[in-house]
Amino acid sequence: MTLLGNLSLWLALLVGLWGAVTGFAGGLQGRSDLQQSARRAVFAMFAALALATICLEVAIFRHDFNVAYVAARTSRNLPTFYLWSALYSGQEGSLLFWATVLSLFATLAQVLTGARHRAYLPFVAAVTCLVTAFFVTVMLSAANPFARLAFTPADGSGMNPQLQNPGMVFHPPMLYLGYISITIPFAFAVAALLSKKLDVDWLVAIRKWTLVSWLFLSIGLLIGMWWAYVELGWGGYWAWDPVENAALLPWLVMTAFLHSVMIQEKRGMLKKWNLALVLGAWLLSIFGTFLTRSGVIASVHSFTQSPVGYFFLVFILVAAAAIVVLYATRLPLLEAEATLESIVSRETSFLFNNLLLIGIAFAVLWGTMLPILTEWVLGVKYTVKGAWFNTVIVPIGLALLLLTGIGPLIAWRRASIPNLKRQFAVPATTGLFALLILLVAGMRDVYAILAIAFGGFVMGTVVQEFGRGATARHRQFGEPLALAALRLVGRNRRRYGGYIVHTGIVLLFIAFSGMAFKTETQATLRPGESATLRSPYGHVYTFTHLGISQYDALNRRVTAALVDVSIDGKPMGRLKTEKRQHVDALGRNTFEPSTEVGIRSGLREDLYVVLGGLVNGTEQAVYRFTINPLVWWVWFGGYVLVAGGLIVLWPGGGSPAVRRTQAGYAVKLEAQR
Amino acid sequence: MSMDRRGFLLAAAATLGAVVQDSLAGSGPAGKVADPASAGRALGPTTAADIDAAYQVIEKQLKCSCGCGLDIYTCRTTDFNCTYSPGLHRQVVELGQQGKTAQEIIDAFIAQYGQQVLMAPPKRGYNLIGYLLPGVVILVAAGFLLFMLNRWTRVAAAKAAAAGPASTGHVDASPAELERLRRELERLPG
Repeated sequence: MTLLGNLSLWLALLVGLWGAVTGFAGGLQGRSDLQQSARRAVFAMFAALALATICLEVAIFRHDFNVAYVAARTSRNLPTFYLWSALYSGQEGSLLFWATVLSLFATLAQVLTGARHRAYLPFVAAVTCLVTAFFVTVMLSAANPFARLAFTPADGSGMNPQLQNPGMVFHPPMLYLGYISITIPFAFAVAALLSKKLDVDWLVAIRKWTLVSWLFLSIGLLIGMWWAYVELGWGGYWAWDPVENAALLPWLVMTAFLHSVMIQEKRGMLKKWNLALVLGAWLLSIFGTFLTRSGVIASVHSFTQSPVGYFFLVFILVAAAAIVVLYATRLPLLEAEATLESIVSRETSFLFNNLLLIGIAFAVLWGTMLPILTEWVLGVKYTVKGAWFNTVIVPIGLALLLLTGIGPLIAWRRASIPNLKRQFAVPATTGLFALLILLVAGMRDVYAILAIAFGGFVMGTVVQEFGRGATARHRQFGEPLALAALRLVGRNRRRYGGYIVHTGIVLLFIAFSGMAFKTETQATLRPGESATLRSPYGHVYTFTHLGISQYDALNRRVTAALVDVSIDGKPMGRLKTEKRQHVDALGRNTFEPSTEVGIRSGLREDLYVVLGGLVNGTEQAVYRFTINPLVWWVWFGGYVLVAGGLIVLWPGGGSPAVRRTQAGYAVKLEAQR
Repeated sequence: MSMDRRGFLLAAAATLGAVVQDSLAGSGPAGKVADPASAGRALGPTTAADIDAAYQVIEKQLKCSCGCGLDIYTCRTTDFNCTYSPGLHRQVVELGQQGKTAQEIIDAFIAQYGQQVLMAPPKRGYNLIGYLLPGVVILVAAGFLLFMLNRWTRVAAAKAAAAGPASTGHVDASPAELERLRRELERLPG
């Protein structure tokens, strides 16, 4: 299997390089034979990489511990559920997974792109082949998943216990799908630059791809937050870890693009900016990969330090230089088709929205790099984590939340004072009402107050937009309001799906503010003893230690602690928290004991119970009890955000207004030719 | 093995007694578990200092030296296997018991472990650049954007004025009528 795997990798490399050469040459010279060859090279590359992936999975499922990767990542008693995910749980396998998925996306781009955008496809084939070939080169040079050991161990080392969580099966693939699919809009952007076809067409070709990337990244980030929350045991879901930040960077840039692209579609403006955003998002995705894989910054996600980082560094530098040169030479072709008519307009609000999103991306990048920079300049490698990021990012984030509500209220081109008064009345009242309630209720955390008040303002905007649209349909077609609202979304998925995404963002912000009221305590309890903790809402929770039980599970010895929970004296049920000592098939310990948290999730707050350990090997247990307010709303806000994204992405039902303006814009471009 | 009635009753009473004793709330030392090693590092009972909010505030500003990247408090209450954070916690408590203030305790840690023991760069000197740069960049960019927007709109207005009536197209309508039309259009969904 390893021989076949290696051969597949070499084949993928050669075919990829061929596809890159023929794609560029075919596109530039207009030779259809070379273009066709590049297209076939993409398909062949995907087939070769899919075969290599199958070879590695077969080695994993057969427990072929002579393969170094299989021996280092799995063991005979690893549950089947996690055997599949061993494919991407290590450096070498995840590179193979990356290359395979990229070649799949490259194939889909070739197959799914409509005839109208066929002119871009040779260049798209060339770029995707080149990027995939780079990943295969890294594998063959420095991180071969098919490398064999000089001996065959009786059992493998097993998978890190923290990776043995359902999150491992879903989080990395989703994040990878988001990260990897950014290459497709990037390839179309490069194709537009190379072919000099820089009208609105390339934007239409990539908008769905960008949405796909954004959606997968959103899902990946949200599952990652959930995984961190249930698995790591520190009681939070976002730690501003460098690798989390690396995933957030392209998400922020793509969010900016998805807003600013509307200005180009409607007004033919911001062409240079939109191209720069797509190119930048891709570079940031590769930069994030470099951070994860080079070991240059310490992170809980980091793969081991390896020469792979040097490959990525050189690749980023060469790619960035090539992109800058190409972009600079095409600048004269990217002049705007229209000019801004008024500062008080939707266009301006989108520009400031972009400024804040890119500002946050810059702050995240700056904070991530700060430990390295301070070490170079000041000789001290400072820790830059939650305290720094909360100080710097939260105020910008709140400004962005406010702008999320302001943008949709301002008219395109020019807003009049009466129009502004009419538009802002309800949302501003909602926001101020929320502010007043919070102050009267005694809340004093400034950031939490602002997050909820601004959230109220944005929700006022969203409800007003839905209300007006549904009322208009109700008047026009006589539909009941609920049906009118549903049809409103169906008829204009992009606009109203966007508002649903905004609703998800509001829920997330409000849920984040809940962490300001987190309370916790630690207690050592004998069986039957209790500890109490007061929630921010004033309720008193009583946690009674019932006892400890120990038993063997499939690949671990479990020490389970059972806790009886009551609220204000009323029973709520029981929570179980565990210590797990993972073992291999021979019964040998594989890792340090890990912790499984006991969580009871509710609309108001989560109870989060951690078994710290036992006192001198007795049933006397050390616990940490935490109350995390509003965490449930993080996940619900995530569902809403993803649902909104899916509505926007769903085929058909595009905005008639956008179609009209696009048509008008296209006619205008035709007339200018 | 045979058992007479008396033996049986004694055994039953002993078993019942054991069950009752085991289920009494907090009565006596808890029994040993079968495999203490698989439950992680043996811990001592929680002390008042372990849950003292004042110490928690200090510990949340100091990094654990085990390499986890977490602060001392979070590390010792998350990864109960860490062998560094309990010692660092004891050091904080000892300094506190010597009558040192929070800042003095943090300074003592900096003196011993260097600035990198802090969970965030102190807000002074060159470090202020680290804190202020993103905000300053955004403000400068916002100022520049406003300047450019002002310029673009003036150019657009000048062009429209130079174009004269053509700027309103060939629509035979007064400004009031145009404004009314604009309002009506804005009311339309989509």
